[in-house]
Amino acid sequence: MSIISKIMETVVQAMPDKKPDRLIHQKKYIGQAINRVDGQLKVTGEAKFSAEYELDNICYAALAYSSIAKGKIKKLNLSAAQNAEGVITIITHENSLKLNKPVLFDPSGRSRGSAAMDIDILKDENIYWNGQPIAIVVADTQEQAEHAATLIAVEYKEGKSTLSFDANKSKAKTPSKVMMEPAEIKIGDAEKELKHAAHSTDNFYHTPRYNHNAIEPHATIAAFKEDGRLVVFDSTQGLYGVTRTVAGVFSMKPDEVQAVAPFVGGGFGGKGSVWFNTMLCVLAAKQTGRPVKLNLSREGVFRIIGGCTPSEQRVAIGADENGKFVSIVHSGITATTEHNNFPEQFSFPIRHLYASKSFYIGQKALNLDTVANTFMRAPGESIGTFAIESAIDELAYKMNMDPVELRRINEPAKDPTKETEFSSRHLIEAYQRGAKKFRWKHLPPKSQRDGEWLIGQGIATAFYPVYRFPATVKISLFADGTAIVKAAAHEMGMGTATVQLQHSADRFGLPIEKVSFQYGNSDLPEASFAGGSNQTVSVAAGISSAAEKVLEEFFKLASKNKNSPLHNLKFEDVEAKNGGLFSKNDSTKGETYIDILKEAGKGFIEAEATSDMPLEIQKYSMGSQGAQFCEVRVNEVTGEVRVIRWVGSFDTGRILNPKTATSQFRGGIVMGIGMALTEETFFDERNGRIMNPSLAEYHVPVNADVPNIEIIYNDIPDEHTPLGAHGIGEIGITGTAAAIANAIFNATGKRIRSLPVTLDKLL
Amino acid sequence: MKLFTYKQADGVDEAIKAASTKTISKFIGGGTNLVDLMRENIEQPDTVIDVTHLPLTDVEELEDGSIKIGSLVRNSHLAANKIIREKFPVLSQAILNGASGQLRNMATTGGNIMQRTRCYYFYDETACCNKRNPGSGCDAIDGYNRIHAILGTSFTCIATHPSDMCVAMAMLGAKIIVEGKNGEREIAFTDFHKLPGDTPNIETVLQQGELITSVVIPPQDFTKNSLYRKVRDRASYAFALVSVAAALEVENGSIKNVRIALGGVAHKPWRAFKAENYLMNKEVTEENFMLAAEEELKDAKGFEHNSFKIGLAKRTMVSVLKELV
Amino acid sequence: MNIKQNPSGLQANGFTLPLSLSINGKQYDLNIEPRVSLLDALREYIGLTGTKKGCNQGACGACTVLVDGERINSCMTLAVQYQGKEITTVEGLAEDGNLSALQQAFIEHDGFQCGYCTPGQLCSATAMIEEFKNGMPSAVSPDVASEEFEFSEKEIKERMSGNLCRCGAYVGIVEAIQEAFSNKETTVAHETFYL
Ligand SMILES: Cc1cc2nc3c(=O)[nH]c(=O)nc-3n(C[C@H](O)[C@H](O)[C@H](O)COP(=O)(O)OP(=O)(O)OC[C@H]3O[C@@H](n4cnc5c(N)ncnc54)[C@H](O)[C@@H]3O)c2cc1C
Ligand code: SF4
Ligand code: FES
Ligand code: FES
Repeated sequence: MSIISKIMETVVQAMPDKKPDRLIHQKKYIGQAINRVDGQLKVTGEAKFSAEYELDNICYAALAYSSIAKGKIKKLNLSAAQNAEGVITIITHENSLKLNKPVLFDPSGRSRGSAAMDIDILKDENIYWNGQPIAIVVADTQEQAEHAATLIAVEYKEGKSTLSFDANKSKAKTPSKVMMEPAEIKIGDAEKELKHAAHSTDNFYHTPRYNHNAIEPHATIAAFKEDGRLVVFDSTQGLYGVTRTVAGVFSMKPDEVQAVAPFVGGGFGGKGSVWFNTMLCVLAAKQTGRPVKLNLSREGVFRIIGGCTPSEQRVAIGADENGKFVSIVHSGITATTEHNNFPEQFSFPIRHLYASKSFYIGQKALNLDTVANTFMRAPGESIGTFAIESAIDELAYKMNMDPVELRRINEPAKDPTKETEFSSRHLIEAYQRGAKKFRWKHLPPKSQRDGEWLIGQGIATAFYPVYRFPATVKISLFADGTAIVKAAAHEMGMGTATVQLQHSADRFGLPIEKVSFQYGNSDLPEASFAGGSNQTVSVAAGISSAAEKVLEEFFKLASKNKNSPLHNLKFEDVEAKNGGLFSKNDSTKGETYIDILKEAGKGFIEAEATSDMPLEIQKYSMGSQGAQFCEVRVNEVTGEVRVIRWVGSFDTGRILNPKTATSQFRGGIVMGIGMALTEETFFDERNGRIMNPSLAEYHVPVNADVPNIEIIYNDIPDEHTPLGAHGIGEIGITGTAAAIANAIFNATGKRIRSLPVTLDKLL
Repeated sequence: MKLFTYKQADGVDEAIKAASTKTISKFIGGGTNLVDLMRENIEQPDTVIDVTHLPLTDVEELEDGSIKIGSLVRNSHLAANKIIREKFPVLSQAILNGASGQLRNMATTGGNIMQRTRCYYFYDETACCNKRNPGSGCDAIDGYNRIHAILGTSFTCIATHPSDMCVAMAMLGAKIIVEGKNGEREIAFTDFHKLPGDTPNIETVLQQGELITSVVIPPQDFTKNSLYRKVRDRASYAFALVSVAAALEVENGSIKNVRIALGGVAHKPWRAFKAENYLMNKEVTEENFMLAAEEELKDAKGFEHNSFKIGLAKRTMVSVLKELV
Repeated sequence: MNIKQNPSGLQANGFTLPLSLSINGKQYDLNIEPRVSLLDALREYIGLTGTKKGCNQGACGACTVLVDGERINSCMTLAVQYQGKEITTVEGLAEDGNLSALQQAFIEHDGFQCGYCTPGQLCSATAMIEEFKNGMPSAVSPDVASEEFEFSEKEIKERMSGNLCRCGAYVGIVEAIQEAFSNKETTVAHETFYL
């Protein structure tokens, strides 16, 4: 740790807490199971996704991809493609405008870019991965563009590539940081403690490559307006990331670029940074002078949008006679590339989950010649919890102990590696509630059967950190008693618009119908990107900051007026309710916003504010946790696995909307079921080619793979977060794969340490 | 997808005539395989002949009790057909285990028979594939071959035929009726698809320009006791890793009649003649079922990722036969 | 443009051909290449973008529309094959501005998150309920020869497995379908329709 950060930390620790959000226990709209406000648009087909805007004179683009992993383009033969029907232009490195190198996403905050890879776009003949876009074809119709792209003939000069994860493991290096945290942590001598521990387990766990496969493939429309401003309709989780990155690449000012994405058809991290497709679409619009639409094909998504890294993880746990941990080792390797900086943080959960006398935590990363790996729903935590929570289960069986009990006795009083206090942690309560709901019973392996089907139950802990980023929000409250909240937030199905309307209505004491929320457009104030499950709390903090300003303005206006019931009061003594400001002590004493504005002869009051720096995250150990319970059936003849029962019991602060929250938890668990049992991106190590770029062959769980998933939650507010809430978009996937693998062990007595657990592994 | 000429045929003769030209032509039924392959540039016909308007959409019972299925009967209609459900439940089951409700509404009987492999390397234009590009090699043999064949493979190709319906039809001893410019011919279902040999690009005995007009299933009572079991990577909407279609008739504890076919294991729906022969007149015991399965898979050959299919096929076969007892 | 009409029906040698599609009760006249899929005809040529493209591989169901009441994947078929048929898309599910029972139930049960698979789920479920009522068996029906099945969770799940939802809204989708089914029709007619 540098001296400066050490000083910073001491300062932060000494800082007094902020006052808890006054809405932390509010129950008017917050906490209600309100239907999604955009439901009607979504069930009628009216919700417009990014490729669905009609623009005059629009043309279509398609990409051609490299078929080698590394080397150079020797020769391009474009004549057949150029002569194909409808082709307007083909842009390759030979005729592309010279562009600036895209600036990489930077986890430290608002950097100048948000690119997924810092490779120059169509700059020269160099190839860095199999599937790299080598040309963009623009034509009058989609069919023409797609066909012409297949007619491009390329000769390559192949270079030496590094493709095999297993064969190159020894080349893995310890990165300087992992998402701004140290890559290695040593507390005591974990290896020595392990050796002398009364009970221990020590194994390797493997996870494969995964792809997000949001059902909406990445799509972009780019159009230059007459005033030179660029509009990009882009399926993105980060509007400002798009404006900054594109502006940087095309030597524009960020405010000359407008990014629009009111509806995004799922992202899961895959739309979190800016990939080649967005910039190529802009390039095509620039070089043709026409609006261009680029719908990536499903194959295109696999070729040019990265997914989750493969990993090899070692987890070793040593415990004393009573099961108390004396040693925890969690180390391993993930893959990344030379063109990004994302050693996936699989070791983050273990930093916060269990008390132990000693720790060794260490991450290494290995560069391969592939498309950049990227965030995929709970990056790090999804694969990390698979390894840890499998290992805990192994130890529990070895010790003949109920795995719930083993976790209970190792629950730490404070953060085991940071040694800070937890802001809000009620994991054991989540376990107790979950166990009751699930009717949990710890039975010996292979002891339950129904004909050919072996039955088993498994549990695992879910964990995801709390992130918050400063967010800017603008609010206008009008003389007719309506309010508009504006923030460049994102709606990919998390329920952002719904929940923030509930929040805003309560914040102002207005009926929810009187409030509207504008989002999905970078011409609105910069809220936060949708990632790291931060958006709900970040935007909430932005709204409360802006609301506070608006309310203060109202108070000033009213209290200036001698006739106002608020005249003699202090701002601290009033609260927003019943459509205005009223005395906290006497709710008859006050004025509505309508009256205040009428009296002052004003049409509206408007304020913009940015929420504070998230120092609470440094002061406290802030995480969400949960307990996953599942039951599986494994066919003894065929090895087929069916998940048949699920209870997810979560401790994630306050639940703002039980309906949308339940969907979020379930969605994560469903993706976790895929991760555990069916999903894997096939990467041919001979040439770096992804071999199943298709939803027919990459097996996302179907309806029949998913049981009824019951969700319960503690609903205990965290006093240190806006509204007492935590983000919940990612935690559902964590622990899920381990719970399934553990249940499979309980059913069959077979411990599978490599995902996905396909039936061949159980035969 | 390349540009092509579209022709809609209203009669069988017209369809055959349209297909008897020098240029490459393809019939289109539901399009669920052809459109996909054309989009992937694997099929590049100059002419596409729409056969969905042909009057081949009926399932009829012939005088001798055979069931004639028009080649344009949609998969879902065939699966829901009352006669089929009663006489050949295995065929309904096989169809219902394939693809999805939507695809079954589109897929035709003829198109299902003619669908091509799902081999990853066949689908990727940049890969070496003897089926797509004869003589180029086979990237699957040393590549991702988890879904590939274990029976009847060759050095040139180890792909499977992906159909479920065809497995049941092969088991039922169906015949395929085709019509071309030289008239009509009848082909045993089990002879229709070919093993890869040296020419994996030639998948069936159908000649260019010939049209499948119907499938005829001969009368047989014992196939009422039949079953289709599909083992796959998802609970639904996934191709078979291994599937088994079987029918069994037992009399006084011994096997009077038995039929078995396997899917997901070969370049064609694999009729398990060896196992059938082994079982005829044998006592109904699990051990005999296992020995029959061993017999059938004696020559099976696994590759890096698909060896599990050998054991899986045996176990699934035994389990299905047990269920039929 | 070079279009030839012959007695046997449509034929196009050139690039485009005239084509008339009936969608949600309205007639649309187009001039498109025969290689245009029904899905692209809807989205890119007619502007009915409610129907979604999730894979263009027949593998996700986002493009599901109804043709004469039956559900199909519009990405896997050519638009020219659908003249003279009645096509219904998500835009045609509501009647006179009133959401269908299924659409309403999807909202109530949160049967979606991002909403991208939703049009396909809705079209699929609409036709699936009809299939069920008409006695169509499924892969999980205990006896395909029988005409009596229960509209169970298991049946719904199997029958809806042609529609992927990556947001994982399956539980809500099944609940919504159960509700719409039981509200609309309390008794199940077991007539065999597919003969
Ligand atoms: C995502 C996905 C999943 C699938 N899963 C399964 C599965 O699990 N199990 C399974 O069995 N199938 C599955 N299928 C395949 C599906 O069953 C076939 O695509 C379908 O049966 C083909 O029928 P079609 O009418 O659409 O054929 P088309 O695509 O129209 O035609 C296919 C081929 O048959 C030829 N043809 C069509 N009709 C005739 C005729 N009458 N005479 C001669 N040739 C003809 C065509 O020229 C073409 O070469 C799946 C398909 C997809 C896309
Ligand atoms: S197995 Fe057959 S289809 Fe697959 S790559 Fe080899 S030759 Fe081609
Ligand atoms: S878009 Fe048609 S099935 Fe996916
Ligand atoms: S709601 Fe997003 S894919 Fe289903």
